[in-house]
Order: sequence, then C-alpha cells, then structure tokens
Amino acid sequence: MSEYILRVKDIVKSFVGVKALQGVSLDIKKGEVHCLAGENGSGKSTLIKIVSGVYEKDSGTIEIDGEIQSNLTPIKAIRSGVQVIYQDFSVFPNLTVYENIAFNSELMDNRILANKNRFRQIAQEAVEKINFNVDLDAIVGDLSVADKQLVAISRALINNAKLIIMDEPTTALTQNEVKALFKRINDLKDQGISILFVSHKLDEVFEISDRFTIFRNGQNVFTGPTSELDNESFSYFMTNRKFQETPYEGKPQDEEMLRVENLTSEGEFYNINFSLNKGEILGIAGLLGSGRTELALSLFGMNEPDKGKIYIKNNEVEFKDVADSIEHGLGYVPEDRLTEGLFLEQSIGLNIVAANLPNLSGTMDTIDGEATENEITTWIDNLSIKVADPKLPVQTLSGGNQQRVVLGKWLATKPDVLILNGPTVGVDIGSKHDIHTILKELAEEGLAIIIISDDIPELITLSSRILLMRDGQINEEINSAETSVAELTEKISLDIDQVV
Amino acid sequence: MSNKDTNIVQEESRKFFKDASFWRLAIILVALIIIFTVYNPEGFMSIANFQSMSYQLPEFGLMAYGVMLTMIAGGIDLAVVGMANLSAIISAIVMLRLAESVSEPVAIIVAVLVGLLVGTLCGAFNGLLVSRLNVPAMLATLGSHQLFTGIGLVITQGSGISRLPAGYSTTGRMLILDLIPISVIIFIIITAALAFQLNKTKFGQELYLVGSNYEAAKFSGINNYNVLTRAHTMSGLLSAVAGLIMLANYNSAKPDYGTAYTMQTILIVVLGGVSPAGGFGKIGGIVLSILILQVSSSGLNMFSSISNFYRQLIWGLVLLLVLGFNFLRNYMNEKRIAKAGKTAAETETE
Amino acid sequence: MLKNLVKKTEFYVALVILVIALLIHVRSGAFFQTNNILDILNASVVPGLFTVSTFMIILSGGMDISFPAIAALTSYVTVDVLNSINYEGSMVLIFVMAAVLGALCGLVNAFFIASLNLPPLIVTLGTQSVYRGLLQGALNAQQINMLPPAMGKFARASVYTAEDPVTGATSHLPAGFIIFVAVVILAYFILYRTMFGRGVYAIGGDLVSAERAGFNVLAIRYFLYIFSGIVAGITGIVRSSMNQMVHPTNLFGIEMTIIAGVILGGASLVGGKGSLLGALLGMFLLTMVQNSMLLLGIPGYWQTFFVGLVIILGISITSYRNLVAADKAKTLRDKSKEELVNE
Repeated sequence: MSEYILRVKDIVKSFVGVKALQGVSLDIKKGEVHCLAGENGSGKSTLIKIVSGVYEKDSGTIEIDGEIQSNLTPIKAIRSGVQVIYQDFSVFPNLTVYENIAFNSELMDNRILANKNRFRQIAQEAVEKINFNVDLDAIVGDLSVADKQLVAISRALINNAKLIIMDEPTTALTQNEVKALFKRINDLKDQGISILFVSHKLDEVFEISDRFTIFRNGQNVFTGPTSELDNESFSYFMTNRKFQETPYEGKPQDEEMLRVENLTSEGEFYNINFSLNKGEILGIAGLLGSGRTELALSLFGMNEPDKGKIYIKNNEVEFKDVADSIEHGLGYVPEDRLTEGLFLEQSIGLNIVAANLPNLSGTMDTIDGEATENEITTWIDNLSIKVADPKLPVQTLSGGNQQRVVLGKWLATKPDVLILNGPTVGVDIGSKHDIHTILKELAEEGLAIIIISDDIPELITLSSRILLMRDGQINEEINSAETSVAELTEKISLDIDQVV
Repeated sequence: MSNKDTNIVQEESRKFFKDASFWRLAIILVALIIIFTVYNPEGFMSIANFQSMSYQLPEFGLMAYGVMLTMIAGGIDLAVVGMANLSAIISAIVMLRLAESVSEPVAIIVAVLVGLLVGTLCGAFNGLLVSRLNVPAMLATLGSHQLFTGIGLVITQGSGISRLPAGYSTTGRMLILDLIPISVIIFIIITAALAFQLNKTKFGQELYLVGSNYEAAKFSGINNYNVLTRAHTMSGLLSAVAGLIMLANYNSAKPDYGTAYTMQTILIVVLGGVSPAGGFGKIGGIVLSILILQVSSSGLNMFSSISNFYRQLIWGLVLLLVLGFNFLRNYMNEKRIAKAGKTAAETETE
Repeated sequence: MLKNLVKKTEFYVALVILVIALLIHVRSGAFFQTNNILDILNASVVPGLFTVSTFMIILSGGMDISFPAIAALTSYVTVDVLNSINYEGSMVLIFVMAAVLGALCGLVNAFFIASLNLPPLIVTLGTQSVYRGLLQGALNAQQINMLPPAMGKFARASVYTAEDPVTGATSHLPAGFIIFVAVVILAYFILYRTMFGRGVYAIGGDLVSAERAGFNVLAIRYFLYIFSGIVAGITGIVRSSMNQMVHPTNLFGIEMTIIAGVILGGASLVGGKGSLLGALLGMFLLTMVQNSMLLLGIPGYWQTFFVGLVIILGISITSYRNLVAADKAKTLRDKSKEELVNE
C-alpha cells in the first residue's frame, strides 16, 4: 500500500503550438486536501484532464493508488477511483436527483435496464454519506447551485472515489455555502478520501488545504505544506510579480451623483437609501440572495422598482429600460462576464462599442465609422488591453483582458455612475491588481463607482464606505478605514449566526 | 491554455474563412457559367436566357434575404413562402375588387400597398411570437407558415386567383432600357439597402450582437425585442415584395406557389456563409449564393432529360455537401494547425 | 396528487380534448358514437406512429422533418419492386423491406447529425429534399393502385368492427392499430425502462454531461434517427395498405402536424422535457380536430388554417406558461437561497 493516492511525474503535454505542461509533478497523499493553484493558463486544467483520462499525456508517469497507469481513459480513471467534479457540475437539469446520482454507477456496471427503485437506493446511500438532505424526486434544475454541487459530490462518492478533483468548486457559491462545502470536504477527508482542490481564490485555499502545489506556465514552482506559504509568497509564486495593494485614497468630491430614496422591489429589496458622490467608491457587501444584485439591476433599468425614487445629479429619474439608464449616465458591469458581458465570437472592437451604438450613430441610424474606430483605439490604449488586432474575436483574449474589454464597453458610454458586480471574479491575480488600479484612477478622475463583491479585501481596499445588505435591506454602513478584513468577514457571518 | 489552443484554431480558421469563402463562391459561380456556356453556348449565353433568369431570381432572392436577417439574429424564418403567397393573394383580391370601381393604375397601386402591408404584418406577427412570447423562431415560423398558407387557402377556397388587370403583369414584367426587368432593379436596390443597413447602421450591428449573445445584448442596453421584431418584420416585407413579383410573373396567386423555395432559401443562406447559430453572415456571400442557384437552375433547364423534380434532389444534395464541406474544412483546419503547433513545440524544446 | 396532475401539460391537453369532443358532440350529435370514435382511432394510426419516433428525437434535442419523405419513398420502392416480381407472399417481408430501406434513410440523417454534429433541422430539410427528389425525379413515381395481395388482406383485417344501428354503416379498427400499439409499447419500454432510454432524456438535458456520465451518445443519436427511419418505412406500408394505393406526395406536409402535436403535448423543443403520453395526446387532439371538421360540415380547405391556428395557439400558450414558470422559478430560487442563508 502506497502512502500516495496519486503520483504524477514529469508530465509533458503539448498542444497546438504551446507546451502546456513542461514536466510537472504532483503527489497527493491519502486523506489529504491538496490544493493545485496557478493563474489561468498555467496548466492546471490540462493536468486534471490528463489525470482523469480525457487527454493523453506526451510523456511522464501516472500512478494511481500504487498502480502505474499507462493508457488512462475516463472509464479507467473512474474505475481506479478518480472522480472529477467539473465547474458546471455536469448534471442533468431536466432529471430527478436520484437519476442524476445513480446514472454514472449504473453505466459503469453496464446495466441495460433502468430500475427506479435501484436508482433510488443507490442515491439514498450516496446522499447519506455526506449527510445531504434533499428530496430525491426533486428535479435538479430547480435546486440551488450549492445543492447541484452536492448532487455532483454524492454522485462521485458512489463509485468508490478515492480521489475527488474539484475544479474551481466555489466560483458560484455564496460564502455560507462555501463554509458548508468545506465542512463536507473535511468529513470526506476523515473517511480517508483525498481531495484535489483547484482554485485561485487565495483565502479559501489557505483555509482548506493541507498541502499546496503551484504551477506557473506549465511548470512546478512550489510544492509543500500550506504553513510554508503566506499571501505575499503565494502571489509571487502565482505571478512572478510582487504586488502592493494600496487603498483608494482619493477624496470624494462634493457633487452628488446618485441618490436613492426608499427604493423597494417586493420580494427583492426594501427601503434602500444611500447617496454617492463624484469620485467616490461605494462598496456593497452581502450574501447572494441578500438583494444586492437585484438592487443593481433596478438601478440599471432591468427591473422596475415598486416604490421609491432614484435621483441622478439631483434630478429624479425613472428608467424605462436599460438603454434609458445608460442615457442617464449609468453603467453596469455584470456578474457573469461570459454570458452577460461579452459577445465572445464578435470582434474586440464591436464588443467595446456594443453599449455605445446610439451615441455613435447619427441620422438614419448610420454609424460614424471614424468615431467608432477612434473610440475603439482609445479604450484599447487607455485600458492597455493586449490586442493584436481589434478585429479578432474577443474570445482570443485572456480572462483579464476580456474583463478590461467589458470595462471599456461601459467606460465608452461615458457614465457618471458605474456599478460593478464582482469585477474580478475569475480574473487572475495580476489582472485583478491592474483592474483595481484602473478603478482607482477612474474614481480619481471623478467617476462615481459602486462595487458589489464577495471579495472582502477588495471591498476594503477600494471603497470608502461599505453597505452591508441582508434580507433585502441595508443592515449597516461601515467605514472601511475603521474595519479589517477579519472584522468584516465576521460581521457578514455574524449576520448569519444571529439569524440562526 | 486549452483556451489558447482553440483560440489559435479559431483565429486561423477565421482568417482562412474571411479570405477564402467569398472567393470560393465566386469561383464556383464562374465555373458553372463556363460549364454551361461550353455545353450550350447559344442557349445559355442568350439574352432570352438571361432575362428568364432575371425574372425568377428576385422571387427567391428576396425571400433568402429574409431568412438571412432572421438567421443572423440567431433564429430562422420558415414562413417566407407562406407570407409571400398570402401577400400576393390578398393583393390580387384587392386589385380585382378595386378594378371594378376605380381606374386600373389606382387599383394596382393600392393593391400593391395592401400586399406590402400584409407581408409586414405577417412578419411582425412572427416577430412578436419570437421576441415577446419567446417561442423558438423555428417553431414559430413553422407554425405561422401553416397558418398563413391556411388563411390563403380559406380566402381562395382552395384554388387560385387569376385574371388580374392586364396592367399589373405588364408593369411588373416591364424591361428597363429594353433589357433589364424591373424586378431586377428592385432586387438590386434592396440588396444595396440591406448591405448598407447590415454594415453601416446601428440596427445592423445590433442584429449581429443579439444573434451572438442574447443576454449580453440585453445588458448592453440593446432592445432585443425590437431587434428581433424588426428582423422578422423586414423578412415579412421582403417576402411580400417577392410575392408581388411572383404575382406579376405568373399573373396569378395561389397558396401553394413556390413551395420549393423554403428549402432553396435555406440552402442559399447556409451556402452564403450565414452561421445557423447566429451572429455571422455577410450579404456579399448571399448574393453570390443566389446567383449560383439561379445559374445552376437555368443551366439544368437545358438538360431536357432532367425533370423539375430532379431539382429538389440536386438542391438537397448540394445542401448536404455544403454542410459536409464546412465540417471537413473546420476539421482539416484544426488538424493543420495542430500539426504546425506540434512542430513548433518540438523546435522549441530542441 | 390532484395538485401534481394540475401542473401537467398532459392534463390540460386531455381536458381540451374532452371539451372539444363535447362541443362537437353538441353540434353534430355524432361524436361519441362508436363509429366515429373508431374512425378517429383509425385516422390516428399513421400520425400516431410518426409521433412516437418524432417525440423521441425532439426529446433528445434533435429534429427530423424528413420522415414523410422517407415513408413515401420506401413504400413506393417496396411496392414497386415487389410488384415487379409479382410478389404474393406474406406481409412480413413487405414490412421488413420497407423498414430496412427506412433504416438506410435514417442512417444518412444520423451520419450528418450525430457524426458531423450539424443542425438537425437543416440536415433533414436537405435529406427530405433528396428523398423527394429521388422519388419524384429519379424514380418518376406515379400513383400505384395495384398492391401485393397481402397488403389488401392486411388492410381488410379488422381488430374490431362496429355497425351503426341507424345507418348500418360499419367502422373497423384496422390491424394497423395493433402495430401502432406495439410501437408505443416498445417506445415506452425503451424510454422508461432501459438505460438507453434514460440516455435519450440525459442527452436532451445536457449532451456534454451525458457523455461524461458514460452514455454512448453517438450510439443513442444514431439509434434515434434510424428508428425514425424504420418507423417511417413501416408507417408508409400501413398507410398504403389502408388507402389501397401508393401515392408519392399525399403524406407531404404531415410533419408540421406531427411536430405540432408533440409540442402541444408538452415536449420542449430544446429537448429533455416531455412525455410520450403527452405527445400522443397532442397528436390525438389535432387528429380529432381535423377529423371532426367533416362531421361539422366545414370544407376541407379550412384544415390547414385550423392546424396552423392550433399550432400557433398551442406554442404560444406553452411558451407563455414557460415564461411565467421561469419567473416563478427565479423568485422561488431566490427565496430558497434566502432561506438557506437564514438557516
């Protein structure tokens, strides 16, 4: 019996012009939570796909539970105890919980007939393993994101998983759900199951993992116990750069840009009051479902509020639709860049001007070609987006550069107030730092900014005041200078405990 | 990283596509013309043949533009033929009724306007189904085609309408400068207008954006409802024009005229490079594709042994071939780039 | 229990069927007579068979509009070939031959759709054109009135006969109905009792997930289109027998009605949702309306209009309900999230 569940040595894998992995190694002990970290493009996903049999390696060895695996296929990987939980969970939204859980193992057993009772039995056992309380007859599409993930975890467990690989498992979860997940991960660990946790979210990674492996550009740069790492060295290993995050120090100007009075949308948020001055960055913290996104959408003209008033530069406004709110000087960088923010197959240029077409078109709807070109070059330069040719599709850019394009799209409309929902989700550390710098510069130039974020350090460094939302109401206004990451995190979680 | 690979592939195939697809269509067109000319120089290269081609081309060409607009927006329009026929039928009835009481030119002008209005309304109806009620475009237009054809059948009691005022057909088939049919002039004007609209106007850009990501378009302040409704409404209007041209060409209207055109219009837009998934497509490709279809159709006429029914066999085969070819091209492209990539990676290690 | 029932599309379709039946009965007084019911069941055999295979394809997120062309082509070729050798044997060979030809046509669809991953609607639009072209162009098909004797016998074979007490007219439940029932049972068994059938639902839900879970997605998709071809082949023969002739074009256009019925019965066009029962009820509703038009003395040329109207109304109502449901689900999800937070 080997001490290790997985030993990967000197794996090389090349793709199309790129050497994705240049001889990486990874050892995972039995019953440990191991974290694989690295920026986008560092080779994490490629290694996962090799270990789970999706890709074939060029060279190197893979040893699962003491056995050398030469021709790994997905089925072989599952049979030897390796299970991957993908970022999208790979569930069937149209089917019941029990079918979602039972399918894999039934197919693995080459069953021909479908038997509901057996499905249910298998599923029951699986959910019990992680104390997951769920209606087995529920349709998975109706479940919350966290429950979908638990369905995926339960499914992984029935196949006698010895190693569960979780690819960015917390991206779509609220802080509270992350906590619940970590508790379950620790339970699994106690049962002797190893977890490979793939992430680039700093704080989480430290909390959960025993040991660390960090990749950069397809090479190992660090392997060792979590205790040997701290924030600074972690960032350095990830990016090979040193960052100094400085708080935003610009003073808000006296001119009021946005004021909200008693804004209410039944079932979403109630009696929201706040104001925002020129050059100010306001943070909004709160759990998912606290009404923060709904508030932003109402401010942006997506959903009409039931009651209350919105003032822009002291003029009362009512938004008919999004175009109307854009015209009034609002911009909104949405939560989900890929589905809500970008036109992936369209050109970088068209993406930048997408929200600004009304301003670029004159009589008869005709678009001013020259002005459009200028607009595009301006924002590519201003935001230093690394672009070979603005005519290329935006999907050819890296995550950080894509986020800049989204930012550019909104800045091009010359907004007075910019609302950003999770501005750096899924963006690597380097780009995150750059985006923060850009936001601080914009505020200094007079833009009024609202940042909604789960990332507490981000909120504290950037904003001067933070509104804490709970159950659709503003619970507290916090002065960033007088709080700390620990205190604010606690306040948010205290929030929950109090309710319990 | 895996991201990066696909990027290179897409980038490469894009470049390839951009340069090659237009020229490939142009070469096919020229090749067809040469083949038919060599086979039957007097028959194919005659003014009569060109005129007969130009009478027919606008009929399905305009409908193809309708399909193109809706497909760029991420949908499809399977009702173009239904809308064209219904417009023609109602227009014909109005023309016949009015001709009893007012002068012929007035009757014709009013009837044409009514026909255009009918097509526009039909298209708007589709647009509402697709945008407001969120019915998949394919299903909405499949159903409304049936409905429009049904209305036509009920109005005509299952037969056709003929014996139109003589002036309509004469005007509709008039030759400008004794050479070019008026319908071709209309087709050219509409083509220019559409090219302008797609490339140079806000609506055109919004059409591409909505077709490529509906949600992101909503978040960019684009009124998706309006864009989709407008695309379908324009498709209805274009179909109505096509219907009125058919009315002039056949001097009659019938609910089941041009049933083969549905298939042809889709063949044209797919061949012309519109992505069935939405977001892409240029009018240049569509124009070439329309010409290719018309030339082959007329060319086939010269082979007396080939019955009309053969044509659907041929169009079907061509559509499948085009689809297969597009697949193969993408596949080969990926292969080619992968190979180049591997060599590059190897050199890098050395 | 009742609450669950009320949520289902099947329930509403059944309700609509009942209401329309009552209306027709009140107007004509003839709907609930055994003869009329038998006539409607009789008329349901052909669309019913098509509905089964079309439903399965739509369930997987696919589409097939080529089946009427396949039915016409295969029945024509089968009868023509067998006539040329003066075939006097049993029905079995006739069915097998049509089914094999149908399977080949389905295989072509499957190749383009499943192997090359091309859009099903556009592919089958293309193959439909090819099959029609083969039939009318290459084979120059005309109506055939002389059928192999077995087909005549098959058409006259009756499962159940009813005689109208007043007029003395008789109505039969034809042997074709048995084939329809058999295909329904087979499809039901595959869909609900085998892993293969669950795979159809899984593919309709999420194709990539189905692949990762270990379903043989390629095999399932091939099966669906080939099955559709086989069903089309058999249906072509059943129909030709019932009509006592082979007609090259009179099936064309039925695809609209079939797809409409499937959607009316609650299936989602993007796949994954719907039930076989719902699809059959939807088909039955449309068949009933079409059939009853004669009973109500409405001229035949109204038929297309009515089918179109029912399709538009049906999909509009379904889509509207989906919109409302999506809104509701969103609020519910947000609520449950809050609850989760509050726990």
